Amino acid sequence: MSEENKILTVSASPHRRTEDTTGGIMIDVIIALMPALVLSVVLFGFRSLLVVATSVIACVVLEYICRKVMKRNNTLGDFSAVVTGILLAFNLPSTMPLWMVVIGDAVAIVVVKQFFGGIGQNFVNPALVGRIVLMTSFPTYTNSFVQPFAWRMPNVDAVTSATPLAQFAGSYTPDGVVSAMNSSEMPTLAQMFFGICGGCLGETCAAALILGGIYLCIRKVISPRIPLYYIGTVALIMLIAGKGNLQFVAYQLLSGGLMLGAVFMATDYTTSPIKTKGKIVFAIGCGILTSLIRIFGSLPEGVSFSIILMNILVPHIETLTTPKPFGTVKEKKQKEEAAK
Amino acid sequence: MHSSELIKPVKQVRGGVKVSHSKNTKDMPVKRIHAPETVTLPMSQHIGAPCTPTVKVGDTVKVGQVIGDSDKYVSAPIHASVSGKVSAIKEIRTATGNVSQAVIIENDGEMSEFEELKPPKVETREDLIKAVRESGLVGLGGAGFPTHVKLNFKPDSGVDTLIINAAECEPYITVDYRECIENSENIFDGVHWIKNILGFKKVVLAVEDNKPEAIKIFDHIASTDDDRDEIKVMPLKSKYPQGAEKMMVLSATGRKVPPGKLPADVGCVVMNVASAAFVARYMKTGKPLVSRSMTVDGKAIMNPQNIRVPVGTEIEYILQQCGGYREDPVKIITGGPMMGASIVDTHHPILKSNNAILVLGKKDIAIKKETDCIRCGRCAVVCPMALVPTLIERHARAKDTDHLKLAGTMVCMECGSCAYSCPAGRPLVQYMRNAKAVLREAQSK
Repeated sequence: MSEENKILTVSASPHRRTEDTTGGIMIDVIIALMPALVLSVVLFGFRSLLVVATSVIACVVLEYICRKVMKRNNTLGDFSAVVTGILLAFNLPSTMPLWMVVIGDAVAIVVVKQFFGGIGQNFVNPALVGRIVLMTSFPTYTNSFVQPFAWRMPNVDAVTSATPLAQFAGSYTPDGVVSAMNSSEMPTLAQMFFGICGGCLGETCAAALILGGIYLCIRKVISPRIPLYYIGTVALIMLIAGKGNLQFVAYQLLSGGLMLGAVFMATDYTTSPIKTKGKIVFAIGCGILTSLIRIFGSLPEGVSFSIILMNILVPHIETLTTPKPFGTVKEKKQKEEAAK
Repeated sequence: MHSSELIKPVKQVRGGVKVSHSKNTKDMPVKRIHAPETVTLPMSQHIGAPCTPTVKVGDTVKVGQVIGDSDKYVSAPIHASVSGKVSAIKEIRTATGNVSQAVIIENDGEMSEFEELKPPKVETREDLIKAVRESGLVGLGGAGFPTHVKLNFKPDSGVDTLIINAAECEPYITVDYRECIENSENIFDGVHWIKNILGFKKVVLAVEDNKPEAIKIFDHIASTDDDRDEIKVMPLKSKYPQGAEKMMVLSATGRKVPPGKLPADVGCVVMNVASAAFVARYMKTGKPLVSRSMTVDGKAIMNPQNIRVPVGTEIEYILQQCGGYREDPVKIITGGPMMGASIVDTHHPILKSNNAILVLGKKDIAIKKETDCIRCGRCAVVCPMALVPTLIERHARAKDTDHLKLAGTMVCMECGSCAYSCPAGRPLVQYMRNAKAVLREAQSK
């Protein structure tokens, strides 16, 4: 036998590992985003695909260059740049000039992600910061939306349409919301569920986003806690704000970036708390902020800002919500027992 | 027979991982192998003080004769596992990397038993503790804690529950299961002896539900008990690490062992099922712990099987007895794949606490590349001790001892669930050990 010279691998236990990888998780997220992408091409035409493709390519190239310049290992294999690219594009209208999209990508990948150390290190969601920078720099472009199916009617002027949230803006009184809902420009709830309304290219179709969310939950990539608590909190506050008008609540949940934000942005691993309790606090916080911005803010929509604000609070949420290690008794109890 | 002896766990273990069982050898009876030509008996085969050799080079020894002992309390004597001549006493390195003195015995092939061996007289608890110590028994489940220390709790300290651990939650290993099938009578006797002499009010026989045969046997043991109804069988969901000591206590009684404490501090004693059976065997024959059963498995070994080998047999010899390699081994592990140690060379002797040798081939293990943490939190979800390994890793890098203490670093039992589930392939158990070292260093200053 020639066993004498066998070279054995020696490493710390455990010697078995899960087959899941970071890349695999990101591919799952990409798969989950596909229904919304397909719908957005149906609704807003080929231009929508062009924006997404530009964004993805820009993110991947920028990440590659960044890692090279910073003399770090190539991390394209984890596909996180692709996810960021798709998410940022989803937050933009299909009419966005492509060079602006690239600027957004640069902010997301270079400034927010790589300057802070790459995957797992950024303290706010890269795609959301990219969107906010574009929103504040080029408001006319980020806030003009085309009607769905306008691309199939080349003879009609590209109608810009006010989003449902814009129509609610400034009229958050019980009478105001009713008249806004009854306005002829307001799409029906069914239209909104399937995304047939003005808005950013990836966020209008709630059905597709929910489908993606369910896929992620089944694949155990995300836990349903953050989306459910986030959306639940918004529903509760809007129920109170609308004096119990359920139709109004439904409009609120289906409009703006809430579904996209709750399912894909607030659940970002890096910028949300690790532990369950922290996740719940984080999600409720996002819900409260989103509702407050919608009702009282000068902006019609507040999903991006509320998630970013809660991102910043994550370290504090974690410190306050980390459970006690197994077998440790809380200080209070310890004192009580000592008193006995 | 009735099935009313089955009980549900009082509390469920949090976290944990579902690992494939790979119990390939579960239907293979334990075979005795030919004793090797020499055995190497390290003086430190247990947790606690190492023994000092009580024999000299050139002495003739017989099977079961004491060759090393210690006057320290936390220790267990070492017995000759073959008969023959002591050929050397020297320092060797064991599979775990520790350096220990070892007695090397040249086998004369006779396997003649030491004449003075006789069943001990056991009437009081002192007798039992003394007998268990003399038997050289240490925990056969893997940790190797001297059993007599475990059993020697103060009679009025509130210890009321004896938990017999047959969970065997590590993949591959089936020797405890075989013990249940082949040796149920001794398990029955051992449990009764220990229960009656030490006065346990309750006995829980714990086994994972992927071993229905063992549950049946345990149920039989429990139902043939006297009418006081004190022995119960607790089937557990098959989940790693159900069989960890603190998890056993939690499942059986709902009590949580505080950090740095032992199960006895919350009124429990946890014993491996093979240890319980051994106690009975010793009471009947007086033959000390000189051999043990182990599982040899993995894609790279020719004939996977369960074998009974003299303690101190070289791993290389065991591999040859199992037909040698089927393919090039990638890793050889003593113990299970979750907590076992991978070894550098095959010339280490097996110890009393070794329950398996796994010869893993390419298909058994994927060696994962380590990438950056994405904070997915899976390590925290699966941690049965409610720790957040990735945060502890960061605190350790920063040598932030305050946060390390708060995070409960020392509570970690290194079960490996975190590293198993990490999609970024991070060696988190290694990082947890580093974190403990950082804390220890800070405390020693």
